[in-house]
Amino acid sequence: MPEGTGIGVSVKRREDARFLMGDGTYTDDINRHGQTHAIMVRSPHAHAKIKKIDQSKAKGMPGVVAIFTGEDMKVGGLPCGWLIKNQDGSNMVEPPHPVIAQEFVRHVGDIVAVVIAGTKEQAREAAEALNIDYGVMPAAVSLKEAVKPGSPQVWEQAKGNICYDWGLGDKAATDAAFAKAHKVAKIDLVNNRLIPNAMEPRAAIGDFDRATGDYTLYTTSQNPHVIRLLMGAFVLSIPESKLRIVAPDVGGGFGSKIFHYAEEAIVTWAAGQLKKPIKWTADRSESFMSDAHGRDHVSHAELAMDKDGKFLGLRVETLANMGAYLSTFSTCVPTYLYATLLAGVYTTPAIFCNVKAVFTNTVPVDAYRGAGRPEATFLIERLVDIAAREMKMDPAEIRRKNFIQPSQFPYQTPVALQYDTGNYDATLDMAMKMIDYKGFPARKAAAAAKGKLRGIGMSCYIEACGIAPSAVVGSLGARAGLYECANVRVHPTGSVSVFTGSHQHGQGHETTFAQVVSERLGLPLEQIDIVHGDTAKVPFGMGTYGSRSIAVGGAALMKALDKIITKGKKIAAHLMEASEKDVEFKDGKFTVAGTDKAKTFGEVALTAYVPHNYPITELEPGLEEQAFYDPLNFTYPSGCYIAEVEIDKETGTIEIARFVASDDFGKIINPMIVEGQVHGGIAQGVGQALLETCVYGKDGQLLTGSYNDYCMPRADDFPNFEVQHSDKPTPCTHNPLGVKGCGEAGAIGSPPAIMNAICDAVGAVHMDMPATNEKIWRAANAHMARAAE
Amino acid sequence: MPTTVSMTVNGKKVSGSAEPRTLLVQFIRETLGLTGTHVGCDTSQCGACVVHIDGKSVKSCTILAAQAEGSDVLTIEGVAKDGKLHPMQEAFREHHGLQCGFCTPGMVMSALDLVKHNKNPSEQQIRDWLEGNICRCTGYHNIVKAIAAGAKAMA
Repeated sequence: MPEGTGIGVSVKRREDARFLMGDGTYTDDINRHGQTHAIMVRSPHAHAKIKKIDQSKAKGMPGVVAIFTGEDMKVGGLPCGWLIKNQDGSNMVEPPHPVIAQEFVRHVGDIVAVVIAGTKEQAREAAEALNIDYGVMPAAVSLKEAVKPGSPQVWEQAKGNICYDWGLGDKAATDAAFAKAHKVAKIDLVNNRLIPNAMEPRAAIGDFDRATGDYTLYTTSQNPHVIRLLMGAFVLSIPESKLRIVAPDVGGGFGSKIFHYAEEAIVTWAAGQLKKPIKWTADRSESFMSDAHGRDHVSHAELAMDKDGKFLGLRVETLANMGAYLSTFSTCVPTYLYATLLAGVYTTPAIFCNVKAVFTNTVPVDAYRGAGRPEATFLIERLVDIAAREMKMDPAEIRRKNFIQPSQFPYQTPVALQYDTGNYDATLDMAMKMIDYKGFPARKAAAAAKGKLRGIGMSCYIEACGIAPSAVVGSLGARAGLYECANVRVHPTGSVSVFTGSHQHGQGHETTFAQVVSERLGLPLEQIDIVHGDTAKVPFGMGTYGSRSIAVGGAALMKALDKIITKGKKIAAHLMEASEKDVEFKDGKFTVAGTDKAKTFGEVALTAYVPHNYPITELEPGLEEQAFYDPLNFTYPSGCYIAEVEIDKETGTIEIARFVASDDFGKIINPMIVEGQVHGGIAQGVGQALLETCVYGKDGQLLTGSYNDYCMPRADDFPNFEVQHSDKPTPCTHNPLGVKGCGEAGAIGSPPAIMNAICDAVGAVHMDMPATNEKIWRAANAHMARAAE
Repeated sequence: MPTTVSMTVNGKKVSGSAEPRTLLVQFIRETLGLTGTHVGCDTSQCGACVVHIDGKSVKSCTILAAQAEGSDVLTIEGVAKDGKLHPMQEAFREHHGLQCGFCTPGMVMSALDLVKHNKNPSEQQIRDWLEGNICRCTGYHNIVKAIAAGAKAMA
């Protein structure tokens, strides 16, 4: 391997130069010849009947090419990718999800019509001239209200607005555990609704080639092949062979760009109707009311303990908001990505979780960084802190007492997952050392002397990444496989193109995937190209989400590289007149054991394409291999985060004094990139804990619909994050790289650490997120009042 | 009625047609085809569109193209010279100060203006200066490090 370019090295990112010089190509940077522009006309009401759409004025306005409504666009609905069964075995309620609203609108932002014109301004002016008569209906908005008897119905077929009533675990065993409990810790909590806010607003360009009848969609997607499958097969009935999806540089996703959205289908369909390219780019205010939102759970949980603080049983009841329609992965988030993680890092023997998914007249809710796992971690790690309080134990001590021990792996949890490996004491020890846990009382006293309240809080998270074994998710209701594909094309002169189904939108795959190739083939990075994001180039792919790129996409790449080496050995054996089994490959050279014979990788590549001296009867010319990798299990990254906060009790302002993170991601390809992923994840988690929340008015109006109202974290909201990798890492046991994935950990582990620290500082049992200055001030003053009594 | 607007962009004299309502950022992206300047919001908060006008950092969504008539505009495309990264750009690369790259041009343009005002900014001064630039990927940690290093390299 060329020095400093292989696995484990903090190679500087190869993609950076183009982004730093303004040479990135994001969807909105692309313009097609003869392009027209689309404006989506969106419902201003949360729930209404569309009585009449009067196009008479708009139609004749300058530049207008076409106006389409739900009446015009009768195509398939947007599909939901995961069927959840109710506890009684029946199917969830799965209402239609029309691309353009048919008869009724069900949330503010629901698309009612599309106006296409020569320029965006012309389209916008015509859109404003559309006269739409709505019959406004009462709306079901919040979770708690939507499930009350007599609440307005989002869908007639979903009685009580319930999409499904699902359960996981052994209810009887859990009840029995509670029957013998010494103490029970309880919590009622809200996991606040978030708006993802990738910095690049969604955009889509539909194009139709009259000569071939081929469609091309340029779109801001994390998974172009998934969009091709969903839109082609379910919505527009276009065979994959006639449909190309390009997801070029994408400016962040965080889950919100996984899903197949209506605008993608609209511009593609309309491009075919009009035989013209059509571009749509969301304004940020449109993003707020049309990108799938995240989280939004209301839960009650109880933890039964014996007299030593050992966990005996956990029961959880959760209401999860689906919004008005079922977005692509929405239904699996509060079930298979949430309840399956409720064991956390603990040996709790009996767990039962009931989840009711609820329709409301709000934007659909789907996966957002962590997707289900932050909700599970927040619930467990808050509840464990309350348990520590009940038992008068140190939060670290009660955790240690209940950790799954390294000797117990593989560990079967009572909620379906089998953890392959982990060492939770190691990351807890490390984080406690990093923050000087023992020194906290002195720091608290010093803060008190200044009139400040200082608190410390920890969180020991685990997540399930690398989604997923197809057979497992299939048995749980997934309507797709979740493998990954890689193709390695060695060119005649020895350079390599890798075509991967993983998609990068900030993760740095062009660097890390190339490091894997450099390590395996012994090539310099300059000879390696990573190609992604185009269904016309990449054979297939399931895309990037759930921290799966390196664990699944990287594993597929390893498999394809192994095939390249196997074939290379055959060619080298022929050239060196040796037996194939005596040929070794290392550092870019094929050698024959016990001799000085050697052929470089380049020589072998050239021979594959210039097969003059070649075992032609046994081997095809060329050197290109493809592999699909379907994982045997999820991967289980884990770690410990500790936050220390200082609160001004006069104003409720909070300063994060320190934030330390110790993560076990198994093997690491590029430490610099991994740390960057953790920083970003922590920022989103701290954002959730302190600043961000989506607010709807009682009438279903989105009150946090712009950056004026939705509190996006700024640079001065954060301290430096101290991030270290576990000194006793536990590599994944079932993928060839030993990697676990790192994209979501920060967002999963940080909210409970921050909230535990705040509760510790102000002496509160619980506080819902975001912990605004007002909430903190009220809690601090209530505490002081109690203390004075 | 569209009018012709002329200015100097990245050292070159340019002119193009603009409606009275055309924002400078639209003129830069759509008329001049310089797509390194990005649009991330519609309320002038995200800072993805920051350019320099006559040496000062300005959100190009807050000014009409016509208002920039005769100005000297620098966009992200004009920062690197002869294909070689500017020390501030190099510092972003060195310190992993970018992930998806969307906010990056605005961050670099803001950082360059900060260094004009303050050659050796402290961490807190950098964090305060970035009030008008939103990043969703990095948690700002490495951006702050990059700007401090970039400022040093420029000294």
